[in-house]
Amino acid sequence: MFLIPDVVVRFFHRMASPPHFYAFTARLMPWLVVIFVMLTAAGLYGGLYLAPPDYQQGDSYRIIYIHVPSAWMSLFIYVVMAIAGGIGLVWRIKLAEIVAISSAPVGASFTFIALVTGSLWGKPMWGTWWVWDARLTSELILLFLYLGVIGLYGAIDDKRVASKAIAILALVGVVNIPIIHYSVEWWNTLHQGPTVTKMDKPSIHVTMLVPLLLMALSFKFYYIIAMLQRARVELLQRERNAQWVKNMLQEKQS
Amino acid sequence: MTFTSLSEFFAMGGYAFYVWTSYGLTLIVLLANIIIPVWQRKQFLRSLSLKQQRLDK
Repeated sequence: MFLIPDVVVRFFHRMASPPHFYAFTARLMPWLVVIFVMLTAAGLYGGLYLAPPDYQQGDSYRIIYIHVPSAWMSLFIYVVMAIAGGIGLVWRIKLAEIVAISSAPVGASFTFIALVTGSLWGKPMWGTWWVWDARLTSELILLFLYLGVIGLYGAIDDKRVASKAIAILALVGVVNIPIIHYSVEWWNTLHQGPTVTKMDKPSIHVTMLVPLLLMALSFKFYYIIAMLQRARVELLQRERNAQWVKNMLQEKQS
Repeated sequence: MTFTSLSEFFAMGGYAFYVWTSYGLTLIVLLANIIIPVWQRKQFLRSLSLKQQRLDK
């Protein structure tokens, strides 16, 4: 542990304590919301108003500012969920289990948004709402993985056992993540190749790139906010008989 | 300046339906993911405190 600064270790130790996590996230929330709103406002202003129309796609390309960040988030959240699940599985840390299950609905939502906005973009540009192309199909499988995690968790009454089960499912499903990412390179698909995450220079103009990156950052903050809101409910439900919850209720009543 | 008027902005170069449906749907899904857990937590706290009051009597 000598590689990790003492402050960081202590922070994680304290965050793993349920009453501290509950109080800390409440204090953190307004700051997260302020940052999220500012990033979103700047990103939308840049993307919907300042950025020029695409020379081939006109204004329809503006769907990119939610489609691409959502698709990135669908992969990012899945990896976070699998890692948190893995940590919970190995060290039985309650908070890691809660982060894993609280990520699932947010990840499923972003996957759904990526699929639907992709469809709404595909109709005018490709002339079809849907094709069974590698990128689209693997993203749809991701949605089913998220829904599987949510369903499995709900089906098992003992939430510690349920957390083990979803962690295993999430870890097995990680195999789909590189498939989604490289699908546009491995198979000849209708979906276009990457324009931003290319190793050399991104093939997108800076007036279009900046709002896209702002929206990507804004969605990261949104994920933290939505995941923590879920986590607070989940934590209260699991800790309903704990002394700190009783103390908190009494303080509210008096 | 890309758009010269507000109506031109809403028209989105003829792609208004696709662009605004995408943005509207995203807004609804993202709002729901905040409103639902906040509401659930308030409901749960209310039911817990009611239970506590019954036990205290």
